[in-house]
Amino acid sequence: MSSPALLRHAEDSMPATAIAEAGPAPAVTPPATRPSFGTLALRWYRLNQGRLRATAIGIISLLAFLLVWHLLTTYRVVFFVRFTNVPSPLAVYASFTKAIHDPKFLLHIALSCRRIFIGFSLAAIVGVPLGLIMGRFKLVHEIIFPVAEVLRPIPAIAWVPMAIMLWPTNEQSIVFITFLGSFFPILVNTLHGMSLVDPVLVRAAQCLGARERSIFREVYFPASLPHIFTGLTVGMGVAWVSLIAAEMISGQYGIGYFTWEAYSLVQYADIALGMIAIGVLGLGSSLLIRGAGQLVMPWRST
Amino acid sequence: MSEMVASPKGHIEVKNFSLAYETIEGAVQAVTDTQIHVKPGEFVSIVGPSGCGKSTLLNAVAGFLKPTTGIVTVDGERVNGPSAERGMVFQQYSLFPWKTVRENVEFGLKMRGMPRSQRERAARTLLGLAGLEAFEKHYPEKLSGGMKQRVGIVRALATGPKVLLLDEPFGALDAQTRVIMQQILTNMWQRLKISVLFVTHDIDEAIFLSDRVYCMTARPGSIKAEIPIPLERPRQQSMMMSSEFLALRRGLMSLIREESLKAMGGEINDMGMQGLNIELHGHSLADVI
Repeated sequence: MSSPALLRHAEDSMPATAIAEAGPAPAVTPPATRPSFGTLALRWYRLNQGRLRATAIGIISLLAFLLVWHLLTTYRVVFFVRFTNVPSPLAVYASFTKAIHDPKFLLHIALSCRRIFIGFSLAAIVGVPLGLIMGRFKLVHEIIFPVAEVLRPIPAIAWVPMAIMLWPTNEQSIVFITFLGSFFPILVNTLHGMSLVDPVLVRAAQCLGARERSIFREVYFPASLPHIFTGLTVGMGVAWVSLIAAEMISGQYGIGYFTWEAYSLVQYADIALGMIAIGVLGLGSSLLIRGAGQLVMPWRST
Repeated sequence: MSEMVASPKGHIEVKNFSLAYETIEGAVQAVTDTQIHVKPGEFVSIVGPSGCGKSTLLNAVAGFLKPTTGIVTVDGERVNGPSAERGMVFQQYSLFPWKTVRENVEFGLKMRGMPRSQRERAARTLLGLAGLEAFEKHYPEKLSGGMKQRVGIVRALATGPKVLLLDEPFGALDAQTRVIMQQILTNMWQRLKISVLFVTHDIDEAIFLSDRVYCMTARPGSIKAEIPIPLERPRQQSMMMSSEFLALRRGLMSLIREESLKAMGGEINDMGMQGLNIELHGHSLADVI
């Protein structure tokens, strides 16, 4: 376990940081000899032990979930909940392999993604700047906030009938529902971020000669970014919830419509397939936002 | 960099100063009837019991607070708001977390409209002086407290201000780092020849660094005493053991003690402390408090 290279490394690193604390910066000295592949691999393993463990347990847990699902459906368990008609994982897999070659299924997915993209992007484009401006200018806040507070508790799904009346096409009303779902989390979190900006940082900028505009761009905006991204993540989640509901009620296409249609057509495997597709799409879009967040806020990553 | 080595500048004058906060019960006087001045190139500290308004006074010189009465001027010009002419260093470092060390130092120059390549070079030079060259690409979060505050000082000095204002800048640092930081600050001050107004509650620090020390009364704060520090420069750590230093320390200590007790409402006196069985281990009571 404790190879000489590892030991030496541990000893070296301590005085180096101690000097860095106290005096003028020392140049970081590279190790004299390149450690062998074996030591590197061992060191990597030791550093990533926790993460490896989590991944391993995660995989096992997912497999266990599949196994339980398989057993419940194969033996058609009825215990309060009825698994009689629930498709087995293998049946779902079979319908999955069929669906990925079916252009109609792909169209459902593409249309849902497009609706999310347009609705969510509009919400971000309106919500973030509005939140920033409301956070900075009291009057704008005083005018808009009461209206927002009244509209906010109304779930996006409750807007479905109104949306159908408001917009000429079905497509537009679904995008509108998606927009509404993500708009309020984005707005509220941006506002929250603005309210938490450390006033001392604003002062620091001011006595370095920054004027209103620069303070907005260089202090308020970056300081609010973590909360803006929280809002975007939450907003994306709610956007999917709203979209699926809207598609189930008034859609003609989309993964939500696909899932509902599968139920009507008694294609039980497709119900589960639709659900899993929604889950994967939701997960993927929140990963995208997290990635974007790490790109935009390099100071926050590890 | 030419502006960094110049003749002494930055004459601070605070005249007939008072500052009151508006509350529901009426105005609360934070600072009253205060006159202070800092001559060009002078290092002046303000000490006083906590809550005495020394930071309030400093913030008024910075331009963050408007005096209720009186006037603050720097080189004859009235202070109307914050400006890059008066650099400020904060106790909480207040570095921009989203900017690297170098970008933090560049900030003032950027605000002034200096082209990127030029300000990058200037920032590197300054960071080199503070021994932080190797950390220019680091984000502040990764630095130790002492390093953060070095960046804070360098950032405040980058624009070549006339005056440097420091609000308990080393208050959050451990004792060893503090001593090093005091030396670094002294070196920079001597090199740049700018006026420094330094707020601290650490008496040793005030004496060690300053040409003059103002001692403030308990709230509402005003100047209780002005103590010149005749210790020769350059100052060494060993001076802190000299009889001259200790005499100054004793004097300041008793001044502040009086005010601290007043600030506590006179409820505590020496008898009271002894009644609580405080073991002094041969120190004077003033040392313990």
